[in-house]
Amino acid sequence: MSDFDWGIIARSAAFLAEGMALSALLVLVATVGGLVLGFGLALMRLSSHRLLSVPASTYVTVMRTLPLVLVLFWFYFLVPLVIGRPVGSLTSALLAFVLFEAAFYCEIVRAGISNVRHGQSDAGLATGLRRAQVLRLIILPQALRAMMPLILNQIVIVFQDTSLVYVVSLHDFLTAASVVASRDGRATEMYALVAVVYLVICLSTTKAAEFYRKGLPS
Amino acid sequence: MNYRWDWSILFKDTYMGWLWSGLLWTVIISLASWAVALTVGLLAGSARSAPSRGARLLAGLYIDVFRNVPPLVQLFLWYFVLPEVVPDSFGLWLKRDLPYPEIVTAVVAIGLFAGSRVAEQVRAGIEAVGAPLMPAALATGLRPAQAFRLIVLPLGLRAIVGPLTSEFLITVKLSSLSLTIGVLELTAQSRHVENYTFQGFEAFTFATIGYLVIGLCVTGLMRFIDIRIGGAALRKTPA
Repeated sequence: MSDFDWGIIARSAAFLAEGMALSALLVLVATVGGLVLGFGLALMRLSSHRLLSVPASTYVTVMRTLPLVLVLFWFYFLVPLVIGRPVGSLTSALLAFVLFEAAFYCEIVRAGISNVRHGQSDAGLATGLRRAQVLRLIILPQALRAMMPLILNQIVIVFQDTSLVYVVSLHDFLTAASVVASRDGRATEMYALVAVVYLVICLSTTKAAEFYRKGLPS
Repeated sequence: MNYRWDWSILFKDTYMGWLWSGLLWTVIISLASWAVALTVGLLAGSARSAPSRGARLLAGLYIDVFRNVPPLVQLFLWYFVLPEVVPDSFGLWLKRDLPYPEIVTAVVAIGLFAGSRVAEQVRAGIEAVGAPLMPAALATGLRPAQAFRLIVLPLGLRAIVGPLTSEFLITVKLSSLSLTIGVLELTAQSRHVENYTFQGFEAFTFATIGYLVIGLCVTGLMRFIDIRIGGAALRKTPA
């Protein structure tokens, strides 16, 4: 038991803030990229052409079975090899996150779209709208409303996942704190701070998602 | 792309030994963590519908806190912080005398994180399927505790075998976090082989297939259980 020195938090605030900025960047890129790619994958999975649906569902199943740490290692190793020159670990981590989270967003989008009743698209087609129009004007607005709480939950998970870039030595919030912790021998203070910060952000987002879901017509 | 394939490294004694021992540790950690997660999840999930307000609040607090702190942070708290904040003698025991300290810590940390997720599923199952049966169970003359144990909990659990399968798979994936505190499980060993041989493709492919096979086994096992306890048939009958 040593005496605690909570002043360490104030003294390392700037460094920790930079870490949090990187975490936020990872969440943003993973969510936007993951949603776009996940949306495409979901449309492929829902397609009646097996040439489209089978590769998409295989991709999703494989990605969902692998630990993110392994996927990060894969990309850390593959990306420089494919590009032919060394790139920073940030590039490979961003790619890994987008491709990994896309599998999870795909399942959310797919569930959202399949939950819209079939009659809706039939009715849309009967009014003379084209397929793309039915998707954009009728299915998606309804699907999106049902998907929102799930997307918020997934963002919480992505935010928690970003802490794993620790394994490729990127300085996200957790890694920044761990650097200070081992440099100054202040593990207790730093990890307690990290836990509280994550808890406050994730819990409030989770509760917001719950609140939103309760307000939805079931 | 410039890469020299050499699948034979996977069959060299040294590297094959590393990878298989990694696979074994992944399986051990996953199973042990899942046992912790199921036990804690059942207790906390049941406590969410307990008559005692204190028990409900405590279980709710556990679920909220453990679900909303990243598992890696929890692992670091158990590993780096716990020995420092407990009384000296216990801290010393944790650091010096606890057998397999990294593995035990990983199992506790992953188990308690996964347990909070399992608890949410158990609570949902009880609320959706089990709890509505409570009045009927009480009307047959069962005492409340019996009604819960014999009717509400089993039927609630039968309805959530699907979500529990996902949680089991998540627990397997979480076992890879233990490499950050020095456990040489499957992912760590594949990285290890890559570092030594520069044959990343071969090493990571081994790990990838390892996780896929474990995932198939888990899914198969849970489906078997689902069929045996009648959960699958239950969902097939039209409402």
